[in-house]
Amino acid sequence: MGALTRCSTIRRSLRHIWATEDGEKNMTARDQHGGAQQQVSTALPLLELSDVSVHYGAVVALDHVSVQIYPGEVVSLMGPNGAGKSTVLKAVMGMAPVSTGTVRWHNDILASPTHEIVKRGISLVPQGRRVFTHLNVEENLELGGMHVRDAAERSRRLDAVMEFFPILRQKRRDPASAMSGGQQQMLALGRGLMSSPEILLLDEPTLGLAPIIVSEVFQRVTEISKTFGTTIVLVEHNIRGALSIVDRGYILDKARVAFEGTPKEIEDSDILTQVFLGREDNEE
Amino acid sequence: MQIRQQAISRALSQLPQALLLSLRNHLEIWATVVVVLAAASFMLSRGTGFSITLMTVFAIWAMLAVSLNLVLGYTGLLSVGHVGFYGIGAYTVAALTANPRQELLEGEIIQIFAWPFFAALPVAVALCGVVAFVVGVAFSRFRDDVYVLVSFGFAIIAYNVFVNWQWVTRGPFGIHQIPKPAIFGYTINDDLEFLVLTLAFLAIVVGISWLIVTSSFGRVLKAVREDEDAIEVFGYRSSRYKLAIWVISAMMAGLAGAMLATYTSFVDPNSFILLESILLVAIVILGGLASIWGSLLGALAFVLLEEGVRFVPFLPPEHVGQVRQIILGTLLVLLMLFRPQGVAGRFKL
Ligand SMILES: Nc1ncnc2c1ncn2[C@@H]1O[C@H](COP(=O)(O)OP(=O)(O)OP(=O)(O)O)[C@@H](O)[C@H]1O
Ligand SMILES: [Mg+2]
Repeated sequence: MGALTRCSTIRRSLRHIWATEDGEKNMTARDQHGGAQQQVSTALPLLELSDVSVHYGAVVALDHVSVQIYPGEVVSLMGPNGAGKSTVLKAVMGMAPVSTGTVRWHNDILASPTHEIVKRGISLVPQGRRVFTHLNVEENLELGGMHVRDAAERSRRLDAVMEFFPILRQKRRDPASAMSGGQQQMLALGRGLMSSPEILLLDEPTLGLAPIIVSEVFQRVTEISKTFGTTIVLVEHNIRGALSIVDRGYILDKARVAFEGTPKEIEDSDILTQVFLGREDNEE
Repeated sequence: MQIRQQAISRALSQLPQALLLSLRNHLEIWATVVVVLAAASFMLSRGTGFSITLMTVFAIWAMLAVSLNLVLGYTGLLSVGHVGFYGIGAYTVAALTANPRQELLEGEIIQIFAWPFFAALPVAVALCGVVAFVVGVAFSRFRDDVYVLVSFGFAIIAYNVFVNWQWVTRGPFGIHQIPKPAIFGYTINDDLEFLVLTLAFLAIVVGISWLIVTSSFGRVLKAVREDEDAIEVFGYRSSRYKLAIWVISAMMAGLAGAMLATYTSFVDPNSFILLESILLVAIVILGGLASIWGSLLGALAFVLLEEGVRFVPFLPPEHVGQVRQIILGTLLVLLMLFRPQGVAGRFKL
C-alpha cells in the first residue's frame, strides 16, 4: 500500500504543477471534473473515438463506443474480460475492423495503416508485453525507435529511456528472455517510449505481476506522464490501482461504455459492483 | 578474509550454472570437431580428386543451406519451395549456355544461345529474384502452416515446369553439354580451379548473409520471426521485410543452381524434386536455425553422409539412397526430441 500512497502523492504534486500553470480555477475544474465536458470549451481532445463499432464476424467487440482523451491526461479503460478494452486500443492502431464511427487524432481522421501510426506520435505497449525474447534489451529498445531516421536522435532517446529505467541500462546486453516479468514490462514501456510518443496506450501493463511490482509499474506510469508529458491511456484489470493514479476512467462492459468519470465519481457510483459483481457470467 | 570467502562461495554457487552453460555450448564445438575431423580423414583416405568433388558439392549445398536459413531460421518462414529457385538458377544457366552436338537433339528444333557462363549467371540470379518477387507478393498473405503448403505448391509447380516446358527445358531428357565457366578466353576446366570459384561464391553468400543478420535489417527479421503483429506497431511493414529476405535468399539459391549446372554439365528435373527441398530443410534445422555456422556444418555433414554411405561395406548400391534418407530422418527425429534448436541454433522451430 505504501507505493500506492506514494503514487497519489505524485498525483497531487502533478495537480500542483497544473495548478501553477493553469491557475487555481482550472485546477478545481479538473478536480471536480465534469472533467471532459469542462475541458471541451478550452481544449480539443487529443484522441477521440466517436461512435466506433467493431465486429469480428458475429461477435460484437465494440458497440458504438465514444472515448475522448485530452492532452496530458492519464485515463484508464476498465472492465471485465472481453469487454472490448483491448479493442479500443486496436481500433486506434488500425488493428481492428472498424465498421462504424471514426477515430480522430489531433482532430484529423486517423485511418493510417498500423505501421504508420507510430510515426504520428501514438505508441502501443501491447497486452502480454510481447518483448522480443531473442533480442537483447538494447535491440528491443532500438526496434521501438527505428523509424526515427536520425541516428543521433535515436541514441539520445535510448539514453533518455535508459536514464528513466536504470535496470534497462544495467541489463542492456542481456537477452530479454533473461529478465523477470516486471523487468520485461519495464522494457516494454521503455520500448514504447523510444518513439517519443505524444500518447502511450498501455494494455494491461500489470497483468501477471507480483503485487509489489504492480505498484511499481503504476508509479512508473505516473512518472512517465510527469517526466515526458506523455498522455496515457491505461487499460487495467486492477481497478483500485488504476483509480489511484488516473485523472479519469471509462468503464466498459459488453462492448459499450457503461460509465465515465473521475475516480471519485466512479467510486461513489455503484457501477463497479454492477459491472464486476452483479453478473453471474463473470468470474473475476 | 570474509570477503574472499564470500567470493569463493559465490563462484561455487555459480559453478553448476557455468557447467551447464559450457555443456550447452559443448555440442556445437563437439559437432564441429567431429564433422570436420570426419571430413578431413575421409578426404585424406580417398585422395585429392575425391576431396575436390566432396568440397565442391559441399559448397553448393552450403550456399543452399545458408540462404534457406535466412528465410527459415532468421525470419521463421518454413519454405519447402527453395528447390524451385535452385532449379530456376540451374535451368537458366543450362538453357543459355548449352551448346549440344546435333545428335543429342534428336531432330528437335531447340533454341541454342551458347552464351558464356558469366553472362548467363547474372541472368539466372536476376530471374530467380524476379520470380521470387512475384511469388513472394502472392505469398505475403500466407502464414505458418498455410505458408508451408503454398511453398510446397511452388516446388511442385516448378518441377512440373521443368518437366513439361520442353521447348526450354527439354523435359525429362534434360539439358546436356553445359560448358564450364570461361573468363577472357580462359576456361576453368580444372576441378581445383572450379572448386576455388565455387568456394568464392560461397564466401560471397556467407558474407552477404552475415552482413544481413548482423545489421538492423537482420534484427527486424528476427523480430518478425518472433512476433509479426507486434512489429507493425513499431512502424515496420513486416510483409516488406519478409519479401526482401525471400528475394535475396532465392537469388542465392539461384546462384547455387547455376554452379550446379556448370559443375555437372547436365541438368534434368530429377535434381529438383520436392525431396531435395525437404532434405535441405532438414539440414538447416539440424545445423541450427539462425546460425550461419550451423548451416555450413549441416551441409558438410550431409555431404559426408551422402558420399560416405556409398562406401559402407556390404551395402548394395541400390539401397544407398534409402540408407541416407533413413539416417537423416533418424537424426532429425532425435534432434527434435533432444535438441529442438539444432546443433548450433538459437531458436526452436
Ligand atoms: N481477432 C479476434 N477475432 C474474433 N474475436 C475477437 C478478436 N479479438 C477480440 N475478439 C472478441 O472481441 C471481444 C472483445 O475483446 P477484447 O480483447 O477487446 O477484450 P478485453 O476487454 O481486452 O478483454 P481482456 O481483459 O480479456 O483482455 C471479445 O469477446 C473477444 O473474444
Ligand atoms: Mg485485452
